[in-house]
Amino acid sequence: MANPSTTQDEYIARYGPHVSDTPVSGWTADMVPDELVKTHCCFCGMQCGIQLAVKDNKVVGFEPWEEFPFNEGRLCPKGVKRYMQTHHPDRLTDPLIRTENGFRKATWDEALSLVVSRIKDIQARKGNNAFAMMSGVSLSNEKSYLVGKFARLALRTANLDYNGRFCMVSAGGGNKKAFGIDRTANSWEDIPKAKVIFLSGTNVSECFPTLTHYIWQARDNGAQLIVVDPRVTPIARTAEYHLAVRPGTDSALNQALLHELVRNDWIDHKFVTENCKGWEELKESVRECTPEWAGAICGVEPALIRRVAEVWGTAPTSFLMHARGIEQHTKGVENVLGLINLVLATGRIGREGCGYGTITGQGNGQGGREHGHKCDQLPGNRDIENPEHRAHICKVWGITDDELPHKGKTAVEIFEAIHEGEIAGLINICCNPLVSHPDTNYVREAVGKMEFFCVIDFFMSETARYADVILPGSLHEEEEGTSTTAEARVVRIRAAVTPPANARTDTEILLEIARRLDAEDKFTYADNRAIFEELRAASKGGTADYAGITWERIEKEMGVFWPCPEIGHPGTRRLFENGRSYHPDGKFHLHPTPYRPSFEVPDAEYPLYYTTGRSVYHYLSGTQTRRIKFLVEKCPGPVCEMHPMLAEKLGFKERQIVTLETRRGSITVPLRVTEGIRPDTVFVPYHWAERLAANQLTVRALDPISKMPEFKVAACRVRAANKEEADRLRAEWKTLIQEAS
Amino acid sequence: MSSPFKEFFIDFQRCIGCDACAAACSECNTHRGEPMIHVDKTDPGHSPQTTPMVCMHCKEPACALSCPADAIKIDENGIVHSSLKPRCIACRNCELACPFGVPKISENIQQMQKCDMCFDRTNAGKKPMCATVCPTGALFYGTLDEIRALRPQSKPINRWRFGRQTVETRVWVMVPTDVDEMVVDWPELMAGAEGPVDLAMKLKERFQLEGIMDPENHEPLPESLGSETTTSPGEAEFL
Repeated sequence: MANPSTTQDEYIARYGPHVSDTPVSGWTADMVPDELVKTHCCFCGMQCGIQLAVKDNKVVGFEPWEEFPFNEGRLCPKGVKRYMQTHHPDRLTDPLIRTENGFRKATWDEALSLVVSRIKDIQARKGNNAFAMMSGVSLSNEKSYLVGKFARLALRTANLDYNGRFCMVSAGGGNKKAFGIDRTANSWEDIPKAKVIFLSGTNVSECFPTLTHYIWQARDNGAQLIVVDPRVTPIARTAEYHLAVRPGTDSALNQALLHELVRNDWIDHKFVTENCKGWEELKESVRECTPEWAGAICGVEPALIRRVAEVWGTAPTSFLMHARGIEQHTKGVENVLGLINLVLATGRIGREGCGYGTITGQGNGQGGREHGHKCDQLPGNRDIENPEHRAHICKVWGITDDELPHKGKTAVEIFEAIHEGEIAGLINICCNPLVSHPDTNYVREAVGKMEFFCVIDFFMSETARYADVILPGSLHEEEEGTSTTAEARVVRIRAAVTPPANARTDTEILLEIARRLDAEDKFTYADNRAIFEELRAASKGGTADYAGITWERIEKEMGVFWPCPEIGHPGTRRLFENGRSYHPDGKFHLHPTPYRPSFEVPDAEYPLYYTTGRSVYHYLSGTQTRRIKFLVEKCPGPVCEMHPMLAEKLGFKERQIVTLETRRGSITVPLRVTEGIRPDTVFVPYHWAERLAANQLTVRALDPISKMPEFKVAACRVRAANKEEADRLRAEWKTLIQEAS
Repeated sequence: MSSPFKEFFIDFQRCIGCDACAAACSECNTHRGEPMIHVDKTDPGHSPQTTPMVCMHCKEPACALSCPADAIKIDENGIVHSSLKPRCIACRNCELACPFGVPKISENIQQMQKCDMCFDRTNAGKKPMCATVCPTGALFYGTLDEIRALRPQSKPINRWRFGRQTVETRVWVMVPTDVDEMVVDWPELMAGAEGPVDLAMKLKERFQLEGIMDPENHEPLPESLGSETTTSPGEAEFL
């Protein structure tokens, strides 16, 4: 019975989130740390270098790491304040077992015995695939690899998926189709060398703040900036050309831009005919896609589309980037392909200053997805249904093909299968689906239906409140390992301290469960380095080839870019320099991406576009950042952004409390009236849970290829909150900024 | 021995309002959780533009000129320091006089504290904390030659005109290449003061004329200089 057995307020009182903002050592002017540990920030795919100040096995502060080449000491506020999480009063330090009125502390032996007996019981009755696992890519490469192997060989289930299903899968799907490889094509070093920067659906300055510097370096060198976003984000404010498209209409814009490239012959004919496949078909597909046609769909002036096409078409060098703004759609893969078409049509890739890349959102979103906790992939970015790929991994793992499960369900499908009773048990690590999953009310119902639910986490996430057993795991700064940044640079993550009190490392926890599930012989690692050594062998020959990367090399070279197939190989900063893709035919594959509407568009009943995103002060589901006082004071809770014209029409004022409704649910939030959003669109950031979850309103519709949910478009309506809703919001708002007693 | 100090530059256009500077500044053990840098929203509701505001370290600092207790010192490197604890009477003259709105009385210790360009770090040859972490380069610490080479689309200036007075600052701001000085409206509010230096002198005289060293005993001074900017309150105050 995975239902919370006490009230949400009671959970908050006992386990937080509480806010904290004093270093564990207190403020001591003369404190000299024992060591400055060179590691990386855990909050986003930039993985900025940072030094954690450590004294007596405590993280007591930070110091910029100016020698690390990507960020040279630069950080965002999350990175600066990140060290406050390590010894936070809310840390879980003992295993917890559900009781009639909450949780009780348990010994590791009791908790693990219960977990293992429930796994065995469910699998004996309902089959191995009835027990699933959900993971996350804030985990290091070593842990990601371990989770992939643990689910397949210890749990023996096909049903392993991860929160990257909400993040990188559309980009990965598009990149594999076009390039045969799932990686940003260039290191960020090429950005300052480009004369046109094209950002589509990426709020760089809030989601990847340190990348902003690279864009400004390009502009210092005379580059022009194009931004496509329904909102005037801090980076869009500075753009030469801002196309504030209607949510869900990117593919129309991309087609019109290509139409203009063709019409004006701003095409690299040699490249599209010799290096690409499908040019004639692609060209034909945009014949009717005029700027007037797209302008009407996108809500953007046709003249602006023409001008942007000209800037892009005549650029000598360029760098195009996109992120979740175009990817979190039922046509996420198509949107990715539409942008790649613009890059390939002009042949500006694989050269200095000519680049393309998706910007990975989660800390280890890049490395995590390569090494095996994606339901359809094996380490090295291998395909779990490809016989050769399976054979390689079977050899490394010492198993036969029939011992290796096949493709399992994706994240949303796992929760649907729980609803249907097909999946009865779940282990959840590094994932907070009650915040991050679309249609959170549906997820809550699902977790209530499970027979057994185990959560491994360092804080009591909102999802953990529904668990039967919680195992206290480790933070980024508590285990040795590596992660892979958004530019495919493999970096070293250092254990600055050991997990507090009775908490254990995630690795120890997984290995112990594997041992108790009688799979010990497959998990004989002396330490995390041994896991990395196996990962190197497992990735060898795959597209994400780490065979030539060692921990020593990473430290010495300040990161190594994959593919790096052997020790003497320098690593690969820029892909495609030989003009060939990673497809067997060596061609870049062009795909027509005809416009089609989003799953749910506004109508008379729900007349507005609802879209979601991030705040610079929070990371993903907020489990960590909602506990750090500086960040919470800047952004305690979700606020609805609305254009003044719409606010006036609806009779709302700044800071009024309003209720937004979609066909899934409603949310009551304060209003922020701003000219920085389209008048037909409202925006709510998604970092909060339960009644403050923006994802109560989002739709569970999926991209047919990537199975990415459509977080970016829903039809909604807004009304003034009634007294009960407003009073409840005021009360809840206070709990968001409550300190630990 | 050459000075370890370099030049400080603010490039307002790059600011994304993330408050990394304030977060990092607040880590300093001398002011313990309180940032000395402020990020202002310049036009809330209309534009997401934000601007970071450090102490500009004026060559003739209005704060020091206004101080009746002579508590604000300028060192040989042109750094204007926080008030000296034994002298500061928390009279708020400096708060009123500063045209950039920088000095603030820390209520809990009744002393003016402000940005001292991370004296502990810069004196040791390091960059100030805010300019080290700033993710966009809106805050930059280096030499004039470096910034001119790096950012040819704009140029550094350090002259500001307030009313009829010009203020020269140690800190530079990056502006379009055809701008030579920053011109700021000077409200008529301040009883005929021609500019910040004049205002500072008048504020100080007022103390001396009235023979007051106890701030409790004099009539309240105007609350602000009608600053164009609104300090971000933090959304904790939303409801």
